[in-house]
Amino acid sequence: MTVRVQSDTFDAGVELNAFAQGRRDIGAIVSFTGVVRDTDNTLQEMLIEHYPGMTERAIKEIVKTAIERWNLADALVIHRFGALKPGAPIMMVATASAHRAAAFEAADFLMDYLKSRAPFWKKEITKDGAHWVDAKEQDEDALKRW
Amino acid sequence: MNIVYFAWVRERIGIPQEQVETNAQTVQELVEELKAREERYAAAFADISALRVALDQELAEFDAPIAGVSEIAFFPPMTGG
Repeated sequence: MTVRVQSDTFDAGVELNAFAQGRRDIGAIVSFTGVVRDTDNTLQEMLIEHYPGMTERAIKEIVKTAIERWNLADALVIHRFGALKPGAPIMMVATASAHRAAAFEAADFLMDYLKSRAPFWKKEITKDGAHWVDAKEQDEDALKRW
Repeated sequence: MNIVYFAWVRERIGIPQEQVETNAQTVQELVEELKAREERYAAAFADISALRVALDQELAEFDAPIAGVSEIAFFPPMTGG
């Protein structure tokens, strides 16, 4: 298991290659990269606040659950905090398993849980002002799938 | 105990953390004590259904006992990912 919480950017391709390196026991790797979106062309910056200590702990707990439930060979989570520009990577998840169904499902599970159970808060700084991003009811509902 | 605030809760209260001496038995009782202190606390805790709480970095309910807890965190629903 690899869990990193950092302000520095990361290269998802480099991370994914490193994650896959030297493995012979797996047949599937699934990855997801979350990116700062600016669909209306108004976003100047996304500020991501987190709870140092609890963040790492909560993510590790979620990853551990996924590894056990889907019998994953390995899993990776990188999540950034601080000031991020549109187009910048926010976070990535990668899962490795013998077969693809487990890798896809586990990645989906990790994303749903990271969204609502990892202590991060997003604030959008736009041309028109700053506001905290509200959690969506559908994000909470998504957890019921699991 | 140490109380920490995040996101708009931190902004409304105006400080990221503070040390509090309390006789409150539960999170809910502590919230009532804080609300009675000053308007900024009353504003931050006006609707606790919009808030989450963690006791020693584990998510908890507002009726949870706080005896022996060293750090309580209040924050809005999380928006990771």
